[in-house]
Amino acid sequence: MSKNINVALIGNPNTGKTSVFNQLTGLNQKVGNYPGITVEKKEGICKLPRGVKAHILDLPGTYSLNTTSLDESLVVELLLNKNDKDYPDVAVVISDVENLKRNLFLFTQIKDLKIPTILVINMADRMSRKGISLDVAAMEEKLDTKIALVSTRKRQGIDRLKELIADYKNISSAPNLDAKRISPEYFERLQRTFPNEDLYKLWLVITQDVNFMPIEKKRIQDATDFTTKSKEELKKLQHKETVLRYQFINNTLKETYKVDFLAAKGLRGSLDKLLTHKVFGYLIFFVILLTIFQAIFDWSSYPMDFIDEQFAMASEWVKNTLPPGIFTDLLAEGIIAGIGGIVIFIPQIAFLFLFISLLEESGYMSRVVFLMDRLMRPFGLSGKSIVPLISGTACAIPAVMATRTIENWKERLITILVTPFTTCSARLPVYLILIALVIPKGTFLGLSYQALTLMLLYLIGFGMAIFSAMVLNKILKIKSRSLFMVEMPTYRLPLFKNVAYTVLEKTKSFVFGAGKIILAISIVLWFLGSNGYSDDFKNAEHIVSERIEKDGLSTYSKNYIQNNVASYREAALADGMSATVLQDSITVLTEELKERAIAQEISSYKLEHSYIGQAGKAFEPFVKPLGYDWKIGIAVLTSFAAREVFVGTLATIYSVGSDEEETIKNRMAAELDDEGRPLFNLASGISLMLFYAFAMQCMSTLAIVKRETNSWKWPLFQLGFMSVFAYIVALIAYQLLI
Amino acid sequence: MATVADLIHGQKGIIKDFSEHLLPIKLLELGCLPGNSVELVQVAPLNDPIYINLSGSHIAIRRSLAELIELDIIEETQAP
Repeated sequence: MSKNINVALIGNPNTGKTSVFNQLTGLNQKVGNYPGITVEKKEGICKLPRGVKAHILDLPGTYSLNTTSLDESLVVELLLNKNDKDYPDVAVVISDVENLKRNLFLFTQIKDLKIPTILVINMADRMSRKGISLDVAAMEEKLDTKIALVSTRKRQGIDRLKELIADYKNISSAPNLDAKRISPEYFERLQRTFPNEDLYKLWLVITQDVNFMPIEKKRIQDATDFTTKSKEELKKLQHKETVLRYQFINNTLKETYKVDFLAAKGLRGSLDKLLTHKVFGYLIFFVILLTIFQAIFDWSSYPMDFIDEQFAMASEWVKNTLPPGIFTDLLAEGIIAGIGGIVIFIPQIAFLFLFISLLEESGYMSRVVFLMDRLMRPFGLSGKSIVPLISGTACAIPAVMATRTIENWKERLITILVTPFTTCSARLPVYLILIALVIPKGTFLGLSYQALTLMLLYLIGFGMAIFSAMVLNKILKIKSRSLFMVEMPTYRLPLFKNVAYTVLEKTKSFVFGAGKIILAISIVLWFLGSNGYSDDFKNAEHIVSERIEKDGLSTYSKNYIQNNVASYREAALADGMSATVLQDSITVLTEELKERAIAQEISSYKLEHSYIGQAGKAFEPFVKPLGYDWKIGIAVLTSFAAREVFVGTLATIYSVGSDEEETIKNRMAAELDDEGRPLFNLASGISLMLFYAFAMQCMSTLAIVKRETNSWKWPLFQLGFMSVFAYIVALIAYQLLI
Repeated sequence: MATVADLIHGQKGIIKDFSEHLLPIKLLELGCLPGNSVELVQVAPLNDPIYINLSGSHIAIRRSLAELIELDIIEETQAP
């Protein structure tokens, strides 16, 4: 078998590069990460004519090889490293027919690296509408390459592209621009020092700001017989390079590319007027936001309830079918409950990414950035911060990654630091259960108190993000040049395939990324909760039975039996059961309930003396002033790994054994504190909700922030200030309300 | 000296030679080169950023950056 052809797809953002990638590879694609960094690596396999296969790598979008971001530097790094296993045999530069001039800039740079380079002119279906005519043959000759005219929307030209890739050996690898023309004197000297090396590659190593290939760079600086130039001088030369490249491109296009502006039609003008209007613009954006929230919190509740039921059933089934034992318990209470806690978020995450990818694909997101920039700036944020802040309502992880488009480091850092304040979907189950427990059912102006509370929590989260951004903007002394630049792409109908792939990929990476942690914690918790070293733990059965014999059942158990009997009696009477039969069945039921109550008392005694119980007791003094007991303390503590484990932890602790919310809720409602009052009351409930609103309880987010800021300083700072703030606010709230 | 920031709605200008100060290279790559035309397409509600057509590239930049790009304004004779 011959080796696959290595193909790299390169192109400006908004040229439809991903569509070309999707059409070449179909579902034969996988998304991973580049080692050590969180830049997405998309690769796939494509079958070419004559039985040849190609390995296609979709590189991050970039305007040129002059890099300013991590994503972009990756492209340069690959193209300069012949030893990389992904080093392309052939590069395919994707361009958009309307922005050909600008797209060709990148093309000429790649071609000058002496890599065989194919040019794809995408969106060819728009040519007639935009009054564009091309002389492809003449252009191929001028650019010294082969061109594929492609329309991914109409599925045209992909076969020709495949032919060209298969035939890559016949594509010229001669440069478009002789590097020496940039500065004959400088490049002559460079050539003399490094006689066997390619000048343009050396030039790129010298001029890139991003810290890649430090060894290469040092090698050039250390060359004794070669003195490089000052930054200023190098920049001037880069300007000259740009001018030379555009001269070449203009010469090429002059004879081969014609635009008849009279024939050009487009929605851009009128749509822009509406969407960036000072009143309608904001109004439309607001309506879209409301729709997104409606989808996330209302529409997704149906599939979520369904998933919830399925997992409760599965857990129940495992318990009833498999022989009792450690393994069954682990499966039913640890693993299935744990997986259920992840899968439940899929509908929300999928909806959010559906909307975000629709907004991005259509070109609307750039308009939002344009509208919001000036409003966000007083807070030290950029218009581009709006995307992370919206994404943050689903999950802070993709949101932090989405800050990469912010050019200004200070604005980007602030966005990263405040994004975790926005109410992510992991906080939702915590809020929902606490609201149901402590907020009364009444209505205010037609809105229920419970819905109002939830809305208020969202506003508090967003308000806190903005407020802390403002504070950080004052405190942080970081000098960085503001280089805000957004491309305003043409409006396009989103392609179903692209949207579907994005939703699929993002959901998958959330499930597997966050899933691993939640699953691990569930298992560890289960283990710590069902094991202990003390004698109290080992002799739990004995101790509890003795106590019951002496003092009778606990108040909680008595209530439990009474309530169950009462509701049974009511139901039976409604069914018309005779008094004698009823009396008999109640006796049987009471016996059964008593047994169950004893078992519950034993397991809760066990839990209290398990590893986790002892840890919780040690931790209790810290959370007591906030109104929590040791069990809530444990749930809060484990939530520092991920907030969504709160409900699951309480479920495990209360040994309800299933994640079904109703039962946990009833169990929580029945919990009493030392003085016999309900443990979850208005004061402790509000205090808990506020704690969850502000605390930095998510290991995955901290890990992402560490990677994106490249230091432990910022995630630790975030963990510290958010958690301390959360503690103080929760303390004040409890002490005021109690 | 007129800059891109001085353009009014629908007005065009031709970028002047800028040997004195160095503009960010990113701007040049998008076509901000001497002799190229700039048209002001839209202004954001709070007067900043501005949305320009830079010889075919539609981009939005902040005023602070726009002030660095010097140009000769072409007086439009007919109403847009």
